[in-house]
Amino acid sequence: MPAVDLATSPLRELNGALHALSPDTNATHWTVTNPRGQHNIAVGLDAPVEIEVEGHVGYYCAGMNKQARVTVRGNAGQGLAENMMSGRVHVTGDASQAAGASGNGGLLVIDGNASARCGISMKGIDIVVKGSVGHLSAFMAQAGNLVVLGDAGEALGDSIYEARLYVRGSVASLGADCIEKPLRDEHKAELKRLLDEAGIDGVDVSEFKRYGSARTLYHFHIDNVGSY
Amino acid sequence: MTAQDRWIHTPPRKSATFDDAAIAEIRRAAATGIYDIRGAGAKRKLPHFDDLLFLGASISRYPLEGYREKCATDVVIGARFAKRPIHLKIPITIAGMSFGSLSGAAKEALGRGASAVGTSTTTGDGGMTAEERGHSSLLVYQVLPSRYGMNPDDLRRADAIEVVVGQGAKPGGGGMLLGQKITERVAGMRRLPVGIDQRSACRHPDWTGPDDLEIKIQELREITDWQIPIYVKVGASRPYYDIALAVKSGADAIVLDGMQGGTAATQDVFIENVGLPTMCAIPPAVKALQDLGMHRKVQLIVSGGIRNGADVAKCLALGADAVSIGTAALIALGDNDPALEAEYQKLGTTAGAYDDWHEGRDPAGITTQDPVLAARLDPVVAGRKLANYLSVLTLEAQTIARACGKSHVHNLEPEDLVALTMESAAMARVPLAGTNWIPGNNI
Repeated sequence: MPAVDLATSPLRELNGALHALSPDTNATHWTVTNPRGQHNIAVGLDAPVEIEVEGHVGYYCAGMNKQARVTVRGNAGQGLAENMMSGRVHVTGDASQAAGASGNGGLLVIDGNASARCGISMKGIDIVVKGSVGHLSAFMAQAGNLVVLGDAGEALGDSIYEARLYVRGSVASLGADCIEKPLRDEHKAELKRLLDEAGIDGVDVSEFKRYGSARTLYHFHIDNVGSY
Repeated sequence: MTAQDRWIHTPPRKSATFDDAAIAEIRRAAATGIYDIRGAGAKRKLPHFDDLLFLGASISRYPLEGYREKCATDVVIGARFAKRPIHLKIPITIAGMSFGSLSGAAKEALGRGASAVGTSTTTGDGGMTAEERGHSSLLVYQVLPSRYGMNPDDLRRADAIEVVVGQGAKPGGGGMLLGQKITERVAGMRRLPVGIDQRSACRHPDWTGPDDLEIKIQELREITDWQIPIYVKVGASRPYYDIALAVKSGADAIVLDGMQGGTAATQDVFIENVGLPTMCAIPPAVKALQDLGMHRKVQLIVSGGIRNGADVAKCLALGADAVSIGTAALIALGDNDPALEAEYQKLGTTAGAYDDWHEGRDPAGITTQDPVLAARLDPVVAGRKLANYLSVLTLEAQTIARACGKSHVHNLEPEDLVALTMESAAMARVPLAGTNWIPGNNI
């Protein structure tokens, strides 16, 4: 099991080694110690490997991830798993703003809270936040699911497209064109699947409310100008 | 009318302020309740390169022989940090234009034309298509606020990356692609519902400001293993500071787009009233690079209203390393062709004025997703036209450079230029013709 100590090894060596992995590599389980808030740890991965980062990370950890399963035992800085394509990223602490930004696929799990703009411009990623999310989360969210077990800040889902938002706690306010929608059985099943994949037990999915697009801004109309 | 009436009623006089165009726009706004959206760049009269002249050589300078004495045109972009800088044969690149705003065949034609003369093309707000990657020997991949079509595989397939902060037609504005052009393929690439009006964000989703940008650029370098150059594109607004901050953030090259630069679709009021003309944005940008000791180390690519080889040469003389063309490239492909006048008339416009590119009804088959219209553009023929045009631009720039005694177009310098008007002298920071006076030079 490769172990990389970022206190003594440059980040470039770590990312370079991870990028050089072949699809059938035997080095499938990596441990990274002493991240000390460094930015861009484990970005651009494209191999079915497991990376465990022991400590806090800076910006863009696991950015554009494909296939890999990345676990951060600590907090994460801005743009966690931004533009993720597939795989799984799990943070045991809190995440700063823009977690999962523009993600296309895969699963992002945040055990703590996520700051502002969690899931901004999300394009198919699934995000599960056990705590709360900050303002303007799911801004212009296009596709995918954002599940929040805690509360959501102001302007949730502003200018949302087709993403689905599930919040168990309170929502400070909804953004432009975002409305509450019925939580039907298909949504409960989807929620159950997402919670299972995130390793969360004992939560009653009927406690959630579902939010999505009213689709009134899909075509510009002067009478909606106040929403822009 | 009696003689008495003539003294009572003055002849009809139209207001210079409320001219025909202003009145027509008031009526249009009142009738529709929506601002005017259009493509292309600023159409108003602006200080431009026509106001500059080259001095040429005489006794104090000697010229180079046309055709016999070499005047090189190559340019290397991105050697600051990238392991694989881009080598262009000519200092003219093709600006970012999206598949979505343009048809697939138009993107292919741009690739064919640029590749034939050894230069690069650029993707746009919507991702990379097989057509443009397949036909572009050098392709710059844009990272935009919307991140439509953004994925690491295309990032690694690119020859360079361009982080788009803004563009000259709308510094501070986001993208727009109206429902008529969001076809199934375009929607699929952008992960949007088919047929909706797409509004792109004006800021990136995961960074704000120069300190964040520095980390973002480092991320892109790490993902691409520091192989390919990273450009930063800005609309001309505060060029001295924006260029300095882009250098500080780690850019290999900077694209500076003036307000004559085109757009696929933006509010007319934005296009005509925000930003700086290209000519006046270059000197402060070059000054910023010089002050940081980075001129010629971080390449400056200038765009916005470049039409001929003289414009190219003037940009280079003011200190740019290369230029980029968008609107002119579309015209070379066949946009606004007078041969299509009857069809332009049906659209209520005329050849040379057609700018409703967002409506997707382009008779030339370029700014459309309509398969019938798009089929009109033969990418091989159009690509050849673009290659011809790029060759002419290069030959014209070489002609001027040789006349100024330069063995490389990059050896052109401000000293080779004079200005015809006081305003252009002040903006371009070259002397008023026949004098050694540069207005505001001590400011």
